[in-house]
Amino acid sequence: MIMLKKFLVVMAAMAMPSLALAQPANPAPAPVTKEVAAPVVATPAAAAPVAAAAEAAPAAAAAPKSMDGSLPGYTPMRPDYANSVGMPKPKEVDFQEQFSDNGQYAKWINNAILLPIITIISLFVLGLLLWVIVRFNRRANPVPSKTTHNTFIEVVWTLIPVLILLGIAYPSLDLLAKQFKPAPAEAVTIKATGYQWYWGYTYPDHGGFEVVSNMLKEEGDVAKGERFRTENDGPKLMAADNRMVVPAGVLLRIQTTAADVIHAFAVPSLWFKLDAVPGRLNEKSLTITKPGVYFGQCSELCGARHAFMPIVVEALPPEKFAAWVKAQGGTMPGAEKPAPAAPAVAAPAAAAAPAPTTDPVAAPAAAPTK
Amino acid sequence: MTTIAATGTDLHAHDHHDADHKPGFFARWFMSTNHKDIGTLYLIFAIFAGIIGGAISGLMRLELAAPGIQYLQGWASMMAGKEASLDEAYHMWNVLITAHGLIMVFFMVMPAIIGGFGNWFVPLMIGAPDMAFPRMNNVSFWLTVVAFIMLLGSSFVPGGTGLGAGTGWTVYAPLSTSGSVGPAVDMAIFSLHLAGAASILGAINFITTIFNMRAPGMTLHKMPLFVWSVLVTAFLLLLALPVLAAAITMLLVDRNFGGAFFDAAAGGDPVLYQHLFWFFGHPEVYIMILPGFGIISQIVATFSRKPVFGYLGMAYAMVAIGVVGFVVWAHHMFTTGMSVDMKMYFTAATMVIAVPTGIKIFSWIATMWGGSVSFKTPMVWAMGFIFMFTVGGVTGVVLANGGLDDNLHDTYYVVAHFHYVLSLGAVFSLFAGFYYWFGKMSGRHLNEFLGHLHFWVFFVGVNVLFFPMHFLGNSGMPRRYPDYPEAFAYWNGVASMGYAIMGVGILIFFVNVIWSLLAGRRAEDNYWGEGATTLEWTLTSPPPYHQFETLPVIK
Repeated sequence: MIMLKKFLVVMAAMAMPSLALAQPANPAPAPVTKEVAAPVVATPAAAAPVAAAAEAAPAAAAAPKSMDGSLPGYTPMRPDYANSVGMPKPKEVDFQEQFSDNGQYAKWINNAILLPIITIISLFVLGLLLWVIVRFNRRANPVPSKTTHNTFIEVVWTLIPVLILLGIAYPSLDLLAKQFKPAPAEAVTIKATGYQWYWGYTYPDHGGFEVVSNMLKEEGDVAKGERFRTENDGPKLMAADNRMVVPAGVLLRIQTTAADVIHAFAVPSLWFKLDAVPGRLNEKSLTITKPGVYFGQCSELCGARHAFMPIVVEALPPEKFAAWVKAQGGTMPGAEKPAPAAPAVAAPAAAAAPAPTTDPVAAPAAAPTK
Repeated sequence: MTTIAATGTDLHAHDHHDADHKPGFFARWFMSTNHKDIGTLYLIFAIFAGIIGGAISGLMRLELAAPGIQYLQGWASMMAGKEASLDEAYHMWNVLITAHGLIMVFFMVMPAIIGGFGNWFVPLMIGAPDMAFPRMNNVSFWLTVVAFIMLLGSSFVPGGTGLGAGTGWTVYAPLSTSGSVGPAVDMAIFSLHLAGAASILGAINFITTIFNMRAPGMTLHKMPLFVWSVLVTAFLLLLALPVLAAAITMLLVDRNFGGAFFDAAAGGDPVLYQHLFWFFGHPEVYIMILPGFGIISQIVATFSRKPVFGYLGMAYAMVAIGVVGFVVWAHHMFTTGMSVDMKMYFTAATMVIAVPTGIKIFSWIATMWGGSVSFKTPMVWAMGFIFMFTVGGVTGVVLANGGLDDNLHDTYYVVAHFHYVLSLGAVFSLFAGFYYWFGKMSGRHLNEFLGHLHFWVFFVGVNVLFFPMHFLGNSGMPRRYPDYPEAFAYWNGVASMGYAIMGVGILIFFVNVIWSLLAGRRAEDNYWGEGATTLEWTLTSPPPYHQFETLPVIK
């Protein structure tokens, strides 16, 4: 037993340095100002102690219950079914229409560069095979040639793929750089936490309230008087009772973490996917170009109801977003001034907000104590 | 290069007398130390496992044929022997996807391509009497059987929400540690330990055999490409599997002994598990496909009646794929939140693999070019392989781009990609090899007409099955979902139809095998004619129980 324990300690010690290596690089977009840098740097050590606070009843629960998710000053936006905005289209073969700059760029890279290249390569190989069938079958060519080497052609079919790959690599790496452009200090932070099996969206810049988001069931599947999915909420299996409401046209800092197992926050129409890992705080910036409702689904196997914890992002014009924040009992950054929009010098720690969720250390600590 | 002629046909004529003493049934098949018998056992085992793994995918396609939960709850109730809840039904889904993945990887493709064809033909092709460690060979096989029984057994014990391990074949922590209570996941993990140990023993055996037991004159650069492919594969196994063993042992420690390697709340890191798993997992995909490359090379050369074009390039392209395959693992983890530098590196490194793979594709075509090609069943499968593997390969180049993977990761696009390289790559090479060598192994010819029919039905089936998955992935359908929004219904319906067509193809295959074993034409020594130049064709069909008692000399 002692041996085993010793062995484990050694193993753990060996595992740790690799963690330390991997970790600092993790919240990739290093925020611009030092003061803001502190909250987003997650270290495994920070994960452990503070779990309890995160489980506190979210502010949304206190809001009045309605059958359609509306609040004073906010009515959920009806998804644009006619143009399949933010949702998959029946029989679609292409990507969903993109509503972020990086998404449009990425879709363009695929459809304008990669797809033609891979189609041509596949057809080229098929063409060569067909030519072999026609020209070099036993009847057409009874005596096989003895050629087994040709240095020139071997160099050619090594170099040309290299050149093609270099051509692909350029926009590809450029896209990566754009996706990882750090969010500036004034970006609006929203933290998505994956739970088995629902999402929680915390707004640290707006008072730290958390919106709990569960999938809406069908009318026949809920008790009488309970809220069920209507067409206003979204397609079946994709609609949620409380949406992640964000301002459109404003730079967002999306952070993800999880409370139990790994989940993944994914919205195809925003070209956004980021794993929600317990004990880690991942983040990535995102700007949604147009107000609308954008649907996504959990994209990392997380247990039985993995397929039933959808993500619904509702992007609103900034003033409507402010109204929604107010309805949630939150505050707009810049404190009491009722002036809407343009989140200016955001210093979350300075805002007179409830302590627990704005505490930088508490943020990634959603992992439950076991 | 591989134009090899054994000296003296009188040698093996001589063999027949004293070398063909076969032990009794039990000793021969349950205590076997003969590489050909063990190869046969592996092939039978792989076919059996393939039927189970394939049937599971049939259940999955049945459930996914239309939106809504149709059958899962019934199946879960059947397994549990009582009315199953909806959550237990969903868990059943995760058990199905896990079992399908693990069975197809560890108990179908690997046993068939390495254990089956590798055991049968590596010694024959290098002119060796047997494998270097015949008893260890036997241990490898039976460990694999026990591992399979463990895995199947895990479906009948609790694994969290319901019966069985529902962690996915990747067994990600913390879903596999704190997220799955009950012995099922422990059993599945232990099954992987056993299968891994079996593979490591097999790898040691192959490396030793290939390095030490080549016939006089058979230098490394004269070895048939299939032997090269098994050699590279054996090294991949030897280097990758211990890492898997370590990772899943750490899972067991976390699960049962209070460990916290992957528990964030105690200072561990769930992403560490993914690094360890994929450090094994990526070489693993080459472990499954490299021997297939070797098989295709033999077949293309045989039926073109030409030696392989660019033999050295072909051999070292496989070595390059093996080496580079070890430094690209994190492209499976682009969305875990790694830094931009890591993402750029793994994007670039992954794309590099396309170069040696391209060399192989073009060299196969160049082998046929100028050849006198006959389109016998194995050749048709080989050509199908080349095209389908190209399609699967180019979607791999798309997925290699970390920025694009942000949308495609964990969608059906990935499912389509890896089924194109495995179900249409590795499996096509398996069928090609089976049609190529069946006569050599059994002494009976397979039926050519049924072979072609099997190919065409299967080819159409798998393409109808897997091609629409690219579309589903593009429009955002995540993997591992038992139910999906209405918008995904159309292509899912098409895919399920494709499964049915593929199933018919498999039935034709079994009819062919059974018919041929019972009433097939007797196979001659070298039934493919002058293009088949490797040493196994100098022996009888089937070869004597012990071959090459006097070693052949390679010119």
